Amino acid sequence: MSELYDVIIVGGGPAGLTAALSAQQNGAKKILVLERDREPGGILQQCVHNGFGLHHFKEELTGPGYAQRCYDLVKDLPEVEILVDTMVLEVRKDKTVRAVSPTRGVMELHGKSVVLTMGCRERTRGAIRIPGTRPAGVYTAGAAQRMVNMEGYIPGRKIVILGSGDIGLIMARRMSLEGCKVQAVLEICPFSNGLTRNIVQCLNDYDIPLHLSHTIVAIHGKDRVTGVTVAKVDEKSRPIPGTEFEIDCDTVLLSVGLIPENELSRGLGLQMHPLTSGPIVDQRRETSEPGIFAAGNVVHVHDLVDFVSDEAEIAGKFAAKAALGAGGGAARDLAVTTGENIRTCVPQHLRLGAETESVRLFMRVTQPLRGKLKLKVESGGEEVFSKPLMIAKPSEMIAVDLPEAKVGALTSDLTVSLTEGN
Amino acid sequence: MATETKVLNCINCPLSCELTATVEDGVVTNVTGNFCPRGAQYAKEELTAPTRMLTSTVRVKGGRLPLIPVVSAKKLPKGRVVECAEALRSVSVAAPVHVGDVVAANILGLGVDIVASRDMEAV
Ligand SMILES: Cc1cc2nc3c(=O)[nH]c(=O)nc-3n(C[C@H](O)[C@H](O)[C@H](O)COP(=O)(O)OP(=O)(O)OC[C@H]3O[C@@H](n4cnc5c(N)ncnc54)[C@H](O)[C@@H]3O)c2cc1C
Ligand code: SF4
Repeated sequence: MSELYDVIIVGGGPAGLTAALSAQQNGAKKILVLERDREPGGILQQCVHNGFGLHHFKEELTGPGYAQRCYDLVKDLPEVEILVDTMVLEVRKDKTVRAVSPTRGVMELHGKSVVLTMGCRERTRGAIRIPGTRPAGVYTAGAAQRMVNMEGYIPGRKIVILGSGDIGLIMARRMSLEGCKVQAVLEICPFSNGLTRNIVQCLNDYDIPLHLSHTIVAIHGKDRVTGVTVAKVDEKSRPIPGTEFEIDCDTVLLSVGLIPENELSRGLGLQMHPLTSGPIVDQRRETSEPGIFAAGNVVHVHDLVDFVSDEAEIAGKFAAKAALGAGGGAARDLAVTTGENIRTCVPQHLRLGAETESVRLFMRVTQPLRGKLKLKVESGGEEVFSKPLMIAKPSEMIAVDLPEAKVGALTSDLTVSLTEGN
Repeated sequence: MATETKVLNCINCPLSCELTATVEDGVVTNVTGNFCPRGAQYAKEELTAPTRMLTSTVRVKGGRLPLIPVVSAKKLPKGRVVECAEALRSVSVAAPVHVGDVVAANILGLGVDIVASRDMEAV
């Protein structure tokens, strides 16, 4: 295979599938999606719970239901080819994509443009360092989710979950429904990192205690986990001596966050952002390398797959335009920087040409805030846009739309901030 | 007359509004703190007859994968959700299955079907 494709998409999750649809709708004729798993759909195939799609499909769907929708929209399009069991090994600046599959061997494919949609993976125990022995029975929450929901076996019967991220909360309910006993969820921060609705439906409904400002200081057991020692932590997250207590368990699930999967992006030498751990992109989701776009969890970890789809629509559209030679120049390159209380903002810069469209900014705050809040976008020291908010949490991404007229008039760098009061 | 005040979080959307409900003799008479009308409705239901969706998996024979994800077609009484999940553990279906196919009709006589949430090809 050495054909030339208009758009090659790396990863067949919701971002990749939606980017393929959008590229097709915007005129690309030959689109290829490469997926290393046995079927498309990405991580959503294992997220069997509901709550997806309210925004994008205007209907409440389960994870697999959402993935199915994305797949159904592209599977019969003559312009879109999907190869599964195909692992991408390398993407080069000239948009050559090297991939391998058991049936086709090593392939060298060529695209006019490339969209990176590799998603994210979970942080593991190595990434957070827990002292103690290394017995069997310690899994990431996502690995356990795959076992229970796709492979059909239960990792253990008495569970302790470290981290209150949404995947851990969802798994607390899932394991309870499978007849397991979830002993406790421990969170090192003084606030939960999951959605409040998940605390209510996944913990409170099943009487599972959540210990904030607590962590595991030791895991016990020789061959299999037999229990953990837990301690309260101080403001600097250091265990407080004398506060230790023991919890019996045969399984520990780690739900300590996700990181974008960017080996390929780094191999390409893309400029990366230190806080999002993803490539730096402009509003079209073009990376630092012309013709290479990125969308979804590979750019920054999303909590709502609906936003992943929105972002993938943008990337697919501009990847198609670039492939067809209609990219359009950019006269102004404006940085989007983060001010008070804002930790990250995507896109990190705007490249504006003659044609402008409204721009959606995705932000995460540094700490939970509530009360009268004001989200403010400034350009050249002047406020160009603001929006009142009541509540802001690091676990929930904030999206604001800068209207087209405002975007068209921008001439200097932007700063986004969230201030208390007016 | 017994008047109580209950504080609860709405679970209908990620905003998770903190609701304060006044309950007089078991009837919710006032709700504050809700950003939209769905919150008031939620408080009334949650304090009188709470409901939840159920999602789980069931075994599938002759399919590409050993399990198929399922979802309740409507909300179930919250107190019966665990029993429904238990009942599903002995259910199995044969591939092919299509999204929306009923895998357990009228579960526990509650008037709610459990349906497949994706397609599963036969192999
Ligand atoms: C364990 C887990 C649970 C989650 N639960 C939820 C949830 O409950 N609700 C929610 O909204 N979000 C959840 N998320 C976030 C979720 O990932 C996003 O909502 C959404 O699935 C992201 O879509 P994506 O297409 O960007 O990434 P993914 O769905 O991760 O898709 C990326 C795809 O790229 C493929 N891929 C990666 N590298 C290569 C390569 N080199 N070659 C070929 N293919 C490759 C992967 O196999 C995968 O199929 C969860 C994430 C994880 C990791
Ligand atoms: S009251 Fe409305 S806005 Fe508030 S959490 Fe419920 S559904 Fe969301």
